[in-house]
Amino acid sequence: MSKAFPKAEDLFLCLKDAVREQVSDQTAMVGIHTGGAWVAKRLHKVLGLNLPLGEIDVSFYRDDFAQRGLKSRVQPSSIEFEVNDREILLIDDVLYSGRTIRAAMNEIFDHGRPKKVMLGVLLDRGGRQLPIDANFVGGKVYLKEVERIALTKSDDELFEFVIRSGVET
Amino acid sequence: MNLQLSRTGEMRHLLTIEGLPKQVIYDVLDAAESFMPVTKRDVKKVPLLRGKTIFNLFFESSTRTRTTFEIAAKRLSADVININVGTSAVAKGESLLDTIANLSAMNADMFVVRHGQSGAPHLIAKYVPPHINVINAGDGSHAHPTQALLDMYTIRYFKKKFEGLRVAIVGDISHSRVARSQIHALTTLGASEVRVIAPKTLLPANVENLGVSVYNDIALGLQEVDVIIMLRLQRERMSGVNLPSSQEFYSAYGLTQKRLSLAKSDAIVMHPGPINRGVEIESLVADGRSSVILPQVTFGIAIRMAVMSILAGQAK
Repeated sequence: MSKAFPKAEDLFLCLKDAVREQVSDQTAMVGIHTGGAWVAKRLHKVLGLNLPLGEIDVSFYRDDFAQRGLKSRVQPSSIEFEVNDREILLIDDVLYSGRTIRAAMNEIFDHGRPKKVMLGVLLDRGGRQLPIDANFVGGKVYLKEVERIALTKSDDELFEFVIRSGVET
Repeated sequence: MNLQLSRTGEMRHLLTIEGLPKQVIYDVLDAAESFMPVTKRDVKKVPLLRGKTIFNLFFESSTRTRTTFEIAAKRLSADVININVGTSAVAKGESLLDTIANLSAMNADMFVVRHGQSGAPHLIAKYVPPHINVINAGDGSHAHPTQALLDMYTIRYFKKKFEGLRVAIVGDISHSRVARSQIHALTTLGASEVRVIAPKTLLPANVENLGVSVYNDIALGLQEVDVIIMLRLQRERMSGVNLPSSQEFYSAYGLTQKRLSLAKSDAIVMHPGPINRGVEIESLVADGRSSVILPQVTFGIAIRMAVMSILAGQAK
């Protein structure tokens, strides 16, 4: 069974407003594949950021590689700006355990030494397993461990969250 | 029993291209593509195989293949041990399986094996404990799967797809494990036509059964092809008189500028290396604008990273 909840488009507006005050033309934005890259792409456009948008796929940095193996389609990461001394705003769709963010930070540091790394997420669903928090959030909802949430994107680029209750794997 | 695929169809060892499903090949090419940017960064490493120990077991000499496997493993953060087996245990009379048992006892996670005997990597894969993966880095005249995969990567990179492509493989087909693996890969991926161009003495018996068309005349064989793959004359594997002299081979089968002009104008020229200038290929062609021989080497690292990480990532 799936239900639509909460309204991702509203969260996007909140996130955009929260981020707008904090970015300058020197801020570099990096989206995490797949959902985070979608959010970052739209934010990057509406905020009119100068530096090229970066995208990363954290598959090569995940801490559960030994259990899960390599996902068959890993997107190539692309960071086309100088990372050293840069302010970086990392964007993801959902913040949960914090493990993805840890992996993403590790990858960013392999491109150079940023001056500052910030995190913006559409939704914070709680359930952290690491001491990681977001600087900017669209909204917070506490979900049970068995609930899985995924961001979807329609043909006209509108976001929607889909929640599925399932057996925890 | 299929040694290289698990019951659920995942790759456990990479021993040969023959019988490898199309999707498995595409998964390797796609993974390799995502490893390409890693080699251009400040830190040319990802932590995927941190803590894993990979043994490069070369029972036969090789520089390029061994080096690219070593670089690939290091870029994945694995520990790599190079063993030049020819000068060590084997010289003291140890059997192949005893060597493997000893290295397994040193907690190896993966063996990359090159061997002069066809089938040696299969034998090793059959006897290693289930947590160890084996990669064939070339066995006798049987198979060289990672070379074929990097060649497929190169073709896809420059030609975008395999459908509609006409590919010619030229030279010493009978001694070439590379040619065999390429033919299997190209037919699996749906290339329109695979041609082999060689004198009768350098063609294996019944080569047509592999699904290729045979040409003894290079001028006919190169007409309208999209990809030309030149092979090295493998003198070390030749016994008796397979060909009169390398000059004669060059005059009949060497890839010259003139012959290259018979192929499509945007044809690419590949060679697994090491190249013998003036034996298989004219210098002007090897260094010319159609040549993609050096990109092949670069892609080889990403392909080997992909194979190693796919194998290491399978649940044991």
